[in-house]
Amino acid sequence: MFARLTSAFAFACLISGTTLAADTKVTDPQIAHIAYTAGVIDIEAAKQALKISKDKEVISFANDMLRDHEAVNTQALDLVKKLKVTPEDNDTSRALMKAATEEREKLSKLSGADFDKAYVANEVAYHKQVNGALESLLIPSAKNAELKDLLETGLKLFQGHQQHAEHVAAMMK
Amino acid sequence: MIHKLSLGAVCGLAVMLAVPSAQAETIRITIDKLVFSPAEISAAVGDVIEWQNNDVMAHTATAKGEFDVVIPPKKTATLTVSKAGTFDYTCRFHPNMKARLQVRQ
Repeated sequence: MFARLTSAFAFACLISGTTLAADTKVTDPQIAHIAYTAGVIDIEAAKQALKISKDKEVISFANDMLRDHEAVNTQALDLVKKLKVTPEDNDTSRALMKAATEEREKLSKLSGADFDKAYVANEVAYHKQVNGALESLLIPSAKNAELKDLLETGLKLFQGHQQHAEHVAAMMK
Repeated sequence: MIHKLSLGAVCGLAVMLAVPSAQAETIRITIDKLVFSPAEISAAVGDVIEWQNNDVMAHTATAKGEFDVVIPPKKTATLTVSKAGTFDYTCRFHPNMKARLQVRQ
């Protein structure tokens, strides 16, 4: 299931408002899938940045993203295995992936400072978007306490990444 | 008798004064779910600060221009305090992690 996910690239900037509306009902298997997908998207974005960027700060930031999200996704996989939950693909995951693929295609046409600026700006926007989804939808909907706990840690991590990305963006100006 | 007692008290005081500089303390800070705990600690010059990282991701304890300690996941890292002052520090990777170290002479 996750092998399929890793073949889809890039990261999301736009998640349709309707997809993440507060009245959307999501189950724990769907939440697990969305959280994992959000991590995979940022890992793929980081890999793209490591291929294209020549900027020391951007490369360092991308490496931080890669390391953190791989660590958290490993933890997420361990948890779903333990809970015997099979992550389930859903509209939110698909919307995230679609937006991410489009964004990555857009970025692939850029290079140098143009790429760096666009990558970092999108990292800020993407983390902000995921934080919104975690706070308004995923955390309140999660039934299992351990899953909720992992999502809460994930929120703190994504908030940290957002601030980190904002610092990098400010330095580039 | 009184004389003897006061002499004992003076000796005791001298020993007490000598102890802090000779025996540095180790102060432990835990990092769990991106939170430094306790968030504020007080130490003396010469003390050792030990951060224990319980998270799956790496963190740092960084005060710009003062110290920068990397704490790998599930590991500990230490810093020997060499300067008095108040140091607000953060994690370089996660700037929302904030804590304070107060160091007395």
